[in-house]
Amino acid sequence: MVAVVPTSAQASPAQVAQRSSKTGYALLAPGMLWLIVFFAVPFITLFLTSLQAPSPTQAGKYVPAFELANYGQALADYWPQFIRSFIYAGIATALALLIAYPLAYFIAFKAGRWRSLMLVLVVAPSFASFLLRTYAWKTILADESFITRTLNTLHLLPEGRILNTWIAVIAGLTYNFLPFMILPLYAALEKIDPRLVEAAGDLYASPTTAFRKVTWPLSLPGVVAGTLLTFIPAAGDYINAQLLGSTTNRMIGNAIQVNFIEFRDYPTASALSVMLMAVILIMVFTYIRRAGTEDLL
Amino acid sequence: MHWLRKNLLGIIAILVLVYLFIPIAVIMVLSFNKPQGKFNLSWNQFSTDAWTNLCGVPGVCSSFVKSIEIGIIATLIATALGTMVAFALVRYRFKGRSTTNLLIFMPMATPEVVMGASLLALFLNLRFPLGEVTVLIAHIMFIISFVVVTVKARLQGMDPRIEEAARDLYADPRAVFRYVTFPLVLPGILGAALLGFSLSFDDFIISYFNAGTLVTFPIYIWGAAQRGIPVQVNALATIVFLVALSIVLIGQFVSYRRRKSLESVPIIDDEALTSVDALSRS
Repeated sequence: MVAVVPTSAQASPAQVAQRSSKTGYALLAPGMLWLIVFFAVPFITLFLTSLQAPSPTQAGKYVPAFELANYGQALADYWPQFIRSFIYAGIATALALLIAYPLAYFIAFKAGRWRSLMLVLVVAPSFASFLLRTYAWKTILADESFITRTLNTLHLLPEGRILNTWIAVIAGLTYNFLPFMILPLYAALEKIDPRLVEAAGDLYASPTTAFRKVTWPLSLPGVVAGTLLTFIPAAGDYINAQLLGSTTNRMIGNAIQVNFIEFRDYPTASALSVMLMAVILIMVFTYIRRAGTEDLL
Repeated sequence: MHWLRKNLLGIIAILVLVYLFIPIAVIMVLSFNKPQGKFNLSWNQFSTDAWTNLCGVPGVCSSFVKSIEIGIIATLIATALGTMVAFALVRYRFKGRSTTNLLIFMPMATPEVVMGASLLALFLNLRFPLGEVTVLIAHIMFIISFVVVTVKARLQGMDPRIEEAARDLYADPRAVFRYVTFPLVLPGILGAALLGFSLSFDDFIISYFNAGTLVTFPIYIWGAAQRGIPVQVNALATIVFLVALSIVLIGQFVSYRRRKSLESVPIIDDEALTSVDALSRS
């Protein structure tokens, strides 16, 4: 997926008069109706499906019920995948932050007239198929590849290889969701008035102190937004685990996909999805309580 | 050593950009490969077979065309719906604003696997047949939010005094929209459409859940990954990448030129606008 392209959202010089009329509701209605019917309502059906019980008469069919036990069973069967998803996504997000910050900082403060070109280059890799880019890491991290051989000579690989291990899965997740970290970071850094950093320098702050006390705190909204936008898709992803990892590296997305599409165990798959969504909703609402909803978009 | 310290940040930035493009380079290089065996994973021998015979493997081109078709239809509908919502958000007051914001934000913050699963749960419960229609419904659903965000940013970045100036020159609301507002927002709408198309064209997870027997390009690649992806897929992905990149670069160039030429027109000049503003207030 491509991330939101940050358009320089400078505050408009004069406030636009907001009109209140039927036209507003008419403009909203079709789009919002689509989102209600095909985004919000499906969550209700997902929840109801997660409580269904096997049909007593027909094998492989499910009937409406209130089987809360589905959740316990799903968790008992798939807790390792759950934990793995959050650990992998957590490490990938931390790595992405580490990699993205210098680039976002450079684009915001030092790129000058190369700024828009560099932003295009950040988004451009997304124009090549997600699946193929992930598949390409199979080549890059293969056992006989340059990277694997180099790291092996240095005895840095616990399993002697990268492909089909957790390292490859995390590497894939970090790579694939990096633009989702870079763009919000850039959007936050770009808003910082460089004179604030200069002022810190004038007050005898070393560049390190100026960064720690001025730039970093002011860039925190971008750090939080980038963390959410990287962590969420990474935690739910199953393509990287499937293509780059082994069966011991499967994530919660793999479990949902297999149960839904292959086993047709809809209640278990739905229960897993609801639990994943619950964790993510908690994260989003913690964020909203601090930042409000206006800044979401 | 001094030079290195001074340019360290720039060097890291360029290295990160290079890192972003490594897999792209692999995809491109392997499109000229003649793989040994089924899997096109390591370099064997130079060949232009895939490029001269793009549709040589059954299913590749039909799934490619299907994805383009779905992408175009989904983008047209989602761009129309999303642009309307963006106008409502920026230009109109209405009740339930934070719920609306949340409903637009959530599809972007929901893992694809959850969206795919919940839509599938809906369609299964309604006994709605899976296929092109369900994939289109899903794509429109997740593109709308990205359109809203992109167009909204463009609308908010627009100087309202330009529209005021038009009104001061006795343009009726329709003329203001047609000759001033719409042309100014258009680049944002086009950017949103391009983003929407690329999201739809590249979507795998949500499509896979709701496709039934329909095969889109990513679904074809997923299926092929188990038994070896044909070289043609690399060639087609290279073409898509280069076409999309060219469109974006041309768009950037055009808007750069437009900005330059607008700056030389005195009426759009900031100072002139301020005086128009002052006049209209007096």
